[in-house]
Amino acid sequence: MNISVTSISVARARHEHDSAHDDGSMTVLGFWIYLMSDCLIFSCLFATFGVLAESTAGGPSGRELFDLPYVAGETLLLLISSFTFGIAVLNMHAKRKHNVIAWLAITFLFGAGFIAMELREFAYLISEGAGPSRSAFLSAYFTLVGTHGLHVTVGLLWLAVMMHQTVYFGLDDVVRRRLACLSLFWHFLDLIWICVFTFVYLRGVL
Amino acid sequence: MSGTHASTHNSHKASHGSLKSYITGFGLSLVLTALSFGAVMSGLVPHDMILGALTILAIVQLLVQLMFFLHLGAAPEQRNNTVIFVLTMLLIATIVAGSLWVMHNANVNMMSTQLTPERAMSKD
Repeated sequence: MNISVTSISVARARHEHDSAHDDGSMTVLGFWIYLMSDCLIFSCLFATFGVLAESTAGGPSGRELFDLPYVAGETLLLLISSFTFGIAVLNMHAKRKHNVIAWLAITFLFGAGFIAMELREFAYLISEGAGPSRSAFLSAYFTLVGTHGLHVTVGLLWLAVMMHQTVYFGLDDVVRRRLACLSLFWHFLDLIWICVFTFVYLRGVL
Repeated sequence: MSGTHASTHNSHKASHGSLKSYITGFGLSLVLTALSFGAVMSGLVPHDMILGALTILAIVQLLVQLMFFLHLGAAPEQRNNTVIFVLTMLLIATIVAGSLWVMHNANVNMMSTQLTPERAMSKD
């Protein structure tokens, strides 16, 4: 009797010990370090853009090209998607699987809307003869904003995969860990966009 | 025992956020974004102050989103992320400010101003 009680409490202690250390926190920390290295890539692109912002080679400048109400629309879509992802994460912690899938789907729609608007903007600029090969300013612009758009596109693919995994596996430890990483990635892209709309678009029309 | 339990619960909460913190972060971000766009589009802010105002608004919004969406802070669970983030910001400040400074000096001291491709070619 005494022995069995001890073995149960040992087993329980071991279980608690495992769950305390195997909650994926080291994976999320590693992913955070990756995001910081991604931050360095973006900072190099921002520095390049800052240096080349006036090098329009006689071509159109940001003042003539950028449509601020349109950019405000893009900003709003991305900001809303960041918020809805937060709601998805809260539902994940509350273990409400169907709500998680629904909020991830809403996030996906807003993110896809952002990418659609950005592609339309790029197509307009290229049709106006303001493609990436027109001037150093436009090369830097397309590289910086395009890299951000590429990240969001990858984030959309990842979102689709995670919606499928949530349906298929439920909210187990692995899926929760992956959703935690994706949520960092998604919020991080919103942070980069704050710098893009401030230092590329708003500063560009001053 | 119950004390340590409560503290892990609290730090869990700090690193996960709550509905209230997400709504606060979202609302503040909306206001700060509207102020940034409004400052440029209304033309009410004097021209020599506007870049400074935009920079401050962007930094405030970055801090708001880092706190409310990415849950950075000084709680034990968040400390690793925060320290790594601060060091990265130091590197970024060096890269961006250094590049702009060096290239500005190079432009001012080593190139004639506003050289168009036509003028550059005619000098050959």
